[in-house]
Amino acid sequence: MNGLRILLALAGMTLLAPVGLEGRYFTSGEGYAGYWHNGSVFARGEFYHEWNDRDDQITFIPYARWDEHDENRTHADLRELSWIHVSDGWESRVGVSKVFWGVTEGRHLVDIINQTDLVEQVDQEEKLGQPMINVSTVRDWGILDVFILPGFRERTFPDENGRPWLPVTVDVDNPVYESGAEEQRVDFAIRWQKFLGDWRVALSHFSGTSREPLLSPNLAQALGAGWTPGTSFPAGFEPQLTPVYNVIDQTGLELEYVHEGWLWKLETISRSGQGDRYTALDGGFEYTQVGLFGSDMDLGWIVEYLWEDRSALLASPFEHDWLLGNRLTFNDIASTELLWGVIWDPETEEKAVSLESSRRIGDRMKVTLEGRFYKDTGQPPSAEQVFGAALLQQAPETPLSVYSGEDQIQLEWIYYF
Amino acid sequence: MSRFIKIAALALLTMSAPLLAQTAEEKGLEIANEADRRGEGFGDFQATMRMVLIDKRGSSSERELRVMTLEGEGEEAGDKSLTIFDTPRDVSGTALLTWSYKRTDDDQWLYLPALRRVKTIASKNQSGSFMGSEFAFEDMRAQEVEKYTYKFLREEPCGELTCFVMERYPTDEYSGYTRQVVWMDKPEYRVQKIEFYDRKKSHLKTLTMSGYQQYKDQFWRADKMVMENHQTGKSTELYWTDYRFDTGLTESDFDQNALKRLR
Repeated sequence: MNGLRILLALAGMTLLAPVGLEGRYFTSGEGYAGYWHNGSVFARGEFYHEWNDRDDQITFIPYARWDEHDENRTHADLRELSWIHVSDGWESRVGVSKVFWGVTEGRHLVDIINQTDLVEQVDQEEKLGQPMINVSTVRDWGILDVFILPGFRERTFPDENGRPWLPVTVDVDNPVYESGAEEQRVDFAIRWQKFLGDWRVALSHFSGTSREPLLSPNLAQALGAGWTPGTSFPAGFEPQLTPVYNVIDQTGLELEYVHEGWLWKLETISRSGQGDRYTALDGGFEYTQVGLFGSDMDLGWIVEYLWEDRSALLASPFEHDWLLGNRLTFNDIASTELLWGVIWDPETEEKAVSLESSRRIGDRMKVTLEGRFYKDTGQPPSAEQVFGAALLQQAPETPLSVYSGEDQIQLEWIYYF
Repeated sequence: MSRFIKIAALALLTMSAPLLAQTAEEKGLEIANEADRRGEGFGDFQATMRMVLIDKRGSSSERELRVMTLEGEGEEAGDKSLTIFDTPRDVSGTALLTWSYKRTDDDQWLYLPALRRVKTIASKNQSGSFMGSEFAFEDMRAQEVEKYTYKFLREEPCGELTCFVMERYPTDEYSGYTRQVVWMDKPEYRVQKIEFYDRKKSHLKTLTMSGYQQYKDQFWRADKMVMENHQTGKSTELYWTDYRFDTGLTESDFDQNALKRLR
């Protein structure tokens, strides 16, 4: 490996290649999927090459994961293959790349360029590479980015053996598109951001195929197989949810205000094209106590309110929820970090608890321990209940109940070549 | 009556002060201004830094960083600087962008490459540790004259040279320090040593700078900086190499877009 790195360095390239082993243990039992633990391996390559005094850069990041039980999670993706060219006041980015927009921790409402690689983590932080032509200019009046997005990436979903297990699997092979061009549709986005003293503001608009599909129970298939509501599905019948990708228009606003150790944040979107136009927001603050109790540790407090007015049938689980969390940074040689948070719905009492911790071992290894727990979410619905509710257009009372019994602890070991 | 006498005495004192001698405060400020003046006009530079973190048992861990700095122009603008981590590998590509100002709080952003996310750092967190080292964020930033008040103490030998010894007091109430004692050599106005006193006024850390080299026939930069924490027994050593001046850096190397294309 060192020989390869020297060779690459001679060619003006740098390489970073993390490889990870992941083990998951499901603390609530083997559940419907029928197993207690799951093993998985990932590998990523990161190649960088720059020339013309750094005015031209190429980034190449292939990624692959193998999973013990979930065939959909065993996948490969081109995370990035892009060429960046910089000239006076302008920058262009052509190829497959990744872009992040947003300021909050609870939800990433505004972030819309890349599709979520949902099979990676349920926190939706992992993204698939997106083909794009991006032109950006930095001016006195702010930074303006224009995106042409040719080609759509479908969201990944776990298969019938994956965990967190869903009572009905998503039929990822047969998505439904509103656009006649289907996944060939060319989408557009624009974003302006500016610093105004202690304020940071960004406005964005996206017009194109929604990254978030609506999941529609395939009732025709179920009824055609002889199912009648109120009864069990016929033996051998596998009910499925069809991902429906509508064409949407989404306007987003990001605000951030820094004041004396406080970081106030707001993200809000208005989206049309998926049912009625709706608004969603996530706003709150992060406050950091430096040198906790005279130690080297920093303790961050995160409080956010999540809200949306989407019709109940289409609502996300976070329609009126609080996020409370802490980030404990040890500031030690191993860069030990601990982040925990709870998203709490005061009306239904549902709670989603997450725990993330990491520390480095030596110079080339890192270990992360994560946990996700669901409390007071009620019983998970059966597939028949999901289909019955869809037929009657009934919204679920406890939207997180699908995750009941799917509590998990995850240990990951990463080695950086 | 007595009030009148007081005012008269005060007036007399104020009038005669410049004739007699500078106050310790004035002399301290004068030294700081002179040091600042000598450092002006460097334009831009890039350098590589090796950071060695040593815990109280003596075991150590290394980090490699690249630093780019662009000198500020105009009355209010301070320097802009970018620090990029190359190792340890799990933080490779992580970068810290600082826009410093002479009179107001610095703006700071941290770039997390895995998420392609730029996070704002609340400026009052400056007393926090810089990446787990014994250097606080405020120790790493540009040392603008306006961010302290000064008091000259004495002159004394420091190694083969003679040093000005002065105290400086951070003007920012959120600084982790109440006081710093600075040793600056008389011939070249280079910082040789700084003692840091924490908010409880006890001696927290000592910074020693050595291996000064001159660049562009004018600007001195230390090759080695050692920060010892007397309260924890931990220390951090910085080894600077590959100093390059006039590398053609511009404002556009220090904006949000620049952060996102770093490697």
